[in-house]
Amino acid sequence: MKRSILKNLLLAALVVALAVVPLMTLKHAEFGGADGQAEEAITQLHPEYKPWFAPFWEPPGGEVASLLFALQAAIGAGVLGYGLGFLRGKGESADAGQA
Amino acid sequence: MTNLKFRFIAVPLMAAFMLLFGSGDAFAMHIMEGFLPPSWSLFWTAVSLPFFVLGFRSMRKIVADNPRMKLLLAMAGAFAFVLSSLKIPSVTGSCSHPTGVGLGAIMFGPSVMSVLGAIVLLFQALLLAHGGLTTLGANLFSMGIAGPFVSYGIYKLADGMKAPRSMAVFLGAALGDLVTYVVTSLQLAAAFPSATGGFAAALFKFLGIFAVTQVPLAVSEGILTVMVWNAIRSYAGETMFGGATLSGEVK
Repeated sequence: MKRSILKNLLLAALVVALAVVPLMTLKHAEFGGADGQAEEAITQLHPEYKPWFAPFWEPPGGEVASLLFALQAAIGAGVLGYGLGFLRGKGESADAGQA
Repeated sequence: MTNLKFRFIAVPLMAAFMLLFGSGDAFAMHIMEGFLPPSWSLFWTAVSLPFFVLGFRSMRKIVADNPRMKLLLAMAGAFAFVLSSLKIPSVTGSCSHPTGVGLGAIMFGPSVMSVLGAIVLLFQALLLAHGGLTTLGANLFSMGIAGPFVSYGIYKLADGMKAPRSMAVFLGAALGDLVTYVVTSLQLAAAFPSATGGFAAALFKFLGIFAVTQVPLAVSEGILTVMVWNAIRSYAGETMFGGATLSGEVK
């Protein structure tokens, strides 16, 4: 039991470090989106290319976009958490039934 | 007992990620709306469609065989939902996000993820102007088809070579994540070859943007997939699903 806690903590720390290290080491980077850079690259390669279709709706501003991204994460985490809790509860009651 | 502890770690971790990286207006990955010429849009839609139909049928079969799988399918989709909303800074000084499709591919076989991936992509295209409808086919091919098939293949390969189960899951998820962005680069290079260097020069450029950024994120996705997969496996157990294998491709 202790070992698995340690293992999960270590794994979690590794994931955090993977994101934090670039933030700490690259002081002047803007951390913009990779697809914004791809857009630039396309414009460089084919200056005449014009996007032929625009999104029907765009989030008005970064705040609303971040709200929707947070909503996406919340829905996902909620369902995932519900599922894990449900499975765990099921497992426990099955164990109790057998005992 | 171990699993209770897992939740204490995983939930704050996800919350921390959301706080740290969930904000800001930077967009990452997926080919942007209108940024594939119409012919390529049509081509990738046509390529992706059969996989989508196959995935839909596979999903119906899974649920018909064992209705309890609905919950696990929802969880696989939810995992992709969470991971593709996390825009994480990377070594290149730009941000991208993991895909989260490896977990479902390993649990149910790859074709199911074409359906779950389409749901994620549609949500982001319609509500977030991230990706797009005209590029949905191409993005679905990279994230919902190529990535999951590679995840599943690598997982099976590593498992067949008697690698530890966690290692097989890690490799499958991480490489599937990376392949998604390699395919995105291929798609863009095919549509926008360089005037001087042709396809190869354009590919090099796009790989530099997408694939290099993705390397540390792929490692992160591999680790997170292992954590969630371990939890699901120990909670669900073999008995609960009547001995049905969790990772059999259902035709």
